[in-house]
Amino acid sequence: MSAATHSDLSQRPAIHYLNHEKGLWSWLTTVDHKRIGIMYAIVVALFFLVGGIFATLVRVELSAPGETIMGQDSYNQAFTLHAVIMVFLVIIPAVPGILGNFVLPIQIGAKDVAFPRLNLASWYIFMAGAVLAICGWLVVGKVDTGWTFYTPYSSEASDAVLWMTSAVFVAGFASIFTGINFVVTVHKMRAPGMTWNRLPLFVWAIYATAIVQVLATPVIGITMVLLFLEKFMQIGIFDPALGGDPVLFQHFFWFYSHPAVYIMILPAMGIISDLMGTFSRQQVQGYTFIALSSVAIAFLGFLVWGHHMFVAGQSAISSIIFSMLTFLIGIPTGIKVFNWVGTMYKGSVWLQTPMLYALMFLFLFTIGGFTGIMVGVLATDVHLHDTYFVVAHFHYVMMGGALIALIGGMHYWWPKITGKMYNETLGRIAALLVFVGFNLTFFTQFILGSRGMPRRYHDYELLLEQFPEFAPLHFASSIGSWILAAGLFLILFYGIHSLLRGKPASQNPWGAVTLEWTHTTTPPDPHNFHHTPLVTRGPYDFHLADDVFGPFHTGDGAGDGVGEVTEAPKPEEA
Amino acid sequence: MEDKGTLWLPENASTYAGDVDALFYFIYWVSVVLFILVIGAMVYFAYKYRRRSEADRPQPIKESKLVEASWVVVPTILVAIVFTWGFQVFIKMGVAPPNAYEITVRASKWNWLFEYPNGARSNELHVPVSRPIKLKMSSIDVLHSFFVPAFRTKQDVVPNRYTYVWFEATRQDTFQVMCTEYCGQQHSTMLSQVVVQSQGDFNTWLAENLIDESATPAERGELLYNQQGCFACHSLDGTTGSGPTFQGLSGSQRAFTDGTTATADANYLREAIINPAAQVVQGFAPVMPGQYGTTLTAEEIDALVAYIQEQ
Ligand code: HEC
Ligand SMILES: [Cu+2]
Ligand SMILES: [Cu+2]
Repeated sequence: MSAATHSDLSQRPAIHYLNHEKGLWSWLTTVDHKRIGIMYAIVVALFFLVGGIFATLVRVELSAPGETIMGQDSYNQAFTLHAVIMVFLVIIPAVPGILGNFVLPIQIGAKDVAFPRLNLASWYIFMAGAVLAICGWLVVGKVDTGWTFYTPYSSEASDAVLWMTSAVFVAGFASIFTGINFVVTVHKMRAPGMTWNRLPLFVWAIYATAIVQVLATPVIGITMVLLFLEKFMQIGIFDPALGGDPVLFQHFFWFYSHPAVYIMILPAMGIISDLMGTFSRQQVQGYTFIALSSVAIAFLGFLVWGHHMFVAGQSAISSIIFSMLTFLIGIPTGIKVFNWVGTMYKGSVWLQTPMLYALMFLFLFTIGGFTGIMVGVLATDVHLHDTYFVVAHFHYVMMGGALIALIGGMHYWWPKITGKMYNETLGRIAALLVFVGFNLTFFTQFILGSRGMPRRYHDYELLLEQFPEFAPLHFASSIGSWILAAGLFLILFYGIHSLLRGKPASQNPWGAVTLEWTHTTTPPDPHNFHHTPLVTRGPYDFHLADDVFGPFHTGDGAGDGVGEVTEAPKPEEA
Repeated sequence: MEDKGTLWLPENASTYAGDVDALFYFIYWVSVVLFILVIGAMVYFAYKYRRRSEADRPQPIKESKLVEASWVVVPTILVAIVFTWGFQVFIKMGVAPPNAYEITVRASKWNWLFEYPNGARSNELHVPVSRPIKLKMSSIDVLHSFFVPAFRTKQDVVPNRYTYVWFEATRQDTFQVMCTEYCGQQHSTMLSQVVVQSQGDFNTWLAENLIDESATPAERGELLYNQQGCFACHSLDGTTGSGPTFQGLSGSQRAFTDGTTATADANYLREAIINPAAQVVQGFAPVMPGQYGTTLTAEEIDALVAYIQEQ
């Protein structure tokens, strides 16, 4: 990496990707990966808001025994819509769609993804899927099957379910196209010197995710086609009334949906690796292990779907094999956590908001992992399956893992994406609210679940005679959800504030050494780089930072020497 | 009930519940210790190595092979232990003793029906204490799941297939039964009880619940209305539930979603029970289970029709 271009990169550019073309049309027809990333960010944020509102409604209903604000039917729809939206329209597309698009090409020194038009097409297909889902729900009728669409209940339920499943089918193609795009981009578009072992771990993670997207998503598509064939041609596949096998549907469903768990969590792990490295200013420990185990998990993830079905009526032998394979995957995940913690060892740990989220991720994801062991062990799963213990477990992994990492990543790349800083103090307050609210909401649900509270119950009044503790636990969980919501709204607030009033960000406010910080302006040029970068070192070689930045003189991370320092560096108390 | 269990687990009352609990607490305590170590290290490092100056340039550290090996070996050993242990208890929970007393369970929206070898039926499960019980379960409509927290046992109940679960209750008491597989509107009220009795009390109860041969068809229909769970959807007092009320149904004029109409005579009622999807009453979704024609005998259907006609 040559030092020659520093001075001009640190100047705020007059023309950059946000202003070189103007107007809505220029956005809707853009093939710039950065702009497409922002388009994903906007729609995903909207769906997150809607999914979050349903979650809040669910928690309000459960805050007290008896009917609180809605009846059984509305409740069953609320939890279904919450889950469908959060899984298919938020978590699955979020990190690859937003940050994968924005960051990945720049991190490998490319001008764009391999197929920019296909990339735009993915966004439109995703939107088409979303529109189908919204039509199904608003126009056609009620959807109350749960996000799992288990047959035979789903086959006899209303037609709106078919709209939802076709939405999942269509949105799946967006996922496949994005996956293909990233796989080819990583193989073909790396800058000179960007060897495989110099790829940032975020790139490795998105690459592994892309493999799963391409291989797994067709299965959910096929499953949805089979549902259609059954409904319209009366071919008995899943419906016992037609001679089908309802448990077969669960096999199909989890054959996709377990790998989908990795579509959700692997990109998050990539973000965490980058955050731990940058904010510890230390090489990420076990680089090779983290990189390759992500890819290994991408493949092994296809062999464990049956751990969702220990009590569904599959044979005991299958359950035993699935349980064993599940632990094979669990071990490398545990080792990753050790590696991340180890990255701080003898580093220089800077507790800015993104790092707070990285540490929060480690806290929550570790709990998610241990409780994953609890439900992966056969005998304990029999008791815990389909209770709130499982609900809490996957919220610790999906929200505490995937979404918290996404929020951390959004804070980290925000200055690069928007060219603005956000208010650090508010950032920390929000992080605290999210942390407290999250744990209050979901930790109580572990206790609820292991004491016997089943999931997807509209009410628990009739259970109170034998389980009086359910009422206070549910109440506490609901209080937690409100604190969590307050934290998230605070983020929304200071995010908007930053867009309108934020201080301009410098080229490299965190002192990171990956290409998006060292070799682009803030905000980046429409073509990312003025000259194709020549990569001569690894993604976390912070000890070489002075060679990269030039002599160090101004504030933290403004190693380029000219950019304004946005946060005075100060030693943090833990 | 004085035994309220531990912080994490409810009271336990089956022979294998203790095994499950021991394993649960083993995993729990190992997790707590490891969690404290990992998060403790995280907090300690964040403090100890906090950034003191923006000019900090820590040198890369050499990764220690010994430390790394321990990260691999220790979790692998622990996981091997819990897997094997979990597998053994699972087998114990899965294989019923050959002398188990068999009870048939029929799940339907949203009702549990238990049938005993002598022909007695009930909506609450009655079992003798200290005797292995094996449940042979099937569903007449969608998926359900049979869960008794105090016994630590659970098994999905599937249409067109038998699934089994067994347990041996260790004390006389009443325990909650719940449905844990989402099954539609009234999933959360698909509850029942297990009443554990002494063998003597159980025998007496069984004898009392034998079908009363001298009962009139309408009286038998009333019993079936309750046992089969028709009440979950059909009220007797005029309120509309998932299905139309039975009050004043007989003889009334029915309008269907396909635009046709019919008078609710005995033939209509019979057909509506056997083949509910054929004509769907206006204003209702076709959610009535379709299997009553095969799970009920001709006599039982006659009894139900007679009972409905009296409402
Ligand atoms: C899961 C809810 C449910 C259960 C359980 C149920 N039904 Fe129904 N039933 C319905 C619904 C909904 C309708 C109206 C739609 C239709 O005609 O299929 C209906 C219609 C009927 C009708 C015709 C009523 C009319 O207004 O014309 C009869 C008779 C009937 N059920 C009898 C029974 C009997 C007897 C049982 C118990 C053995 C039973 N149902 C159990 C939901 C249920
Ligand atoms: Cu899984
Ligand atoms: Cu149920």
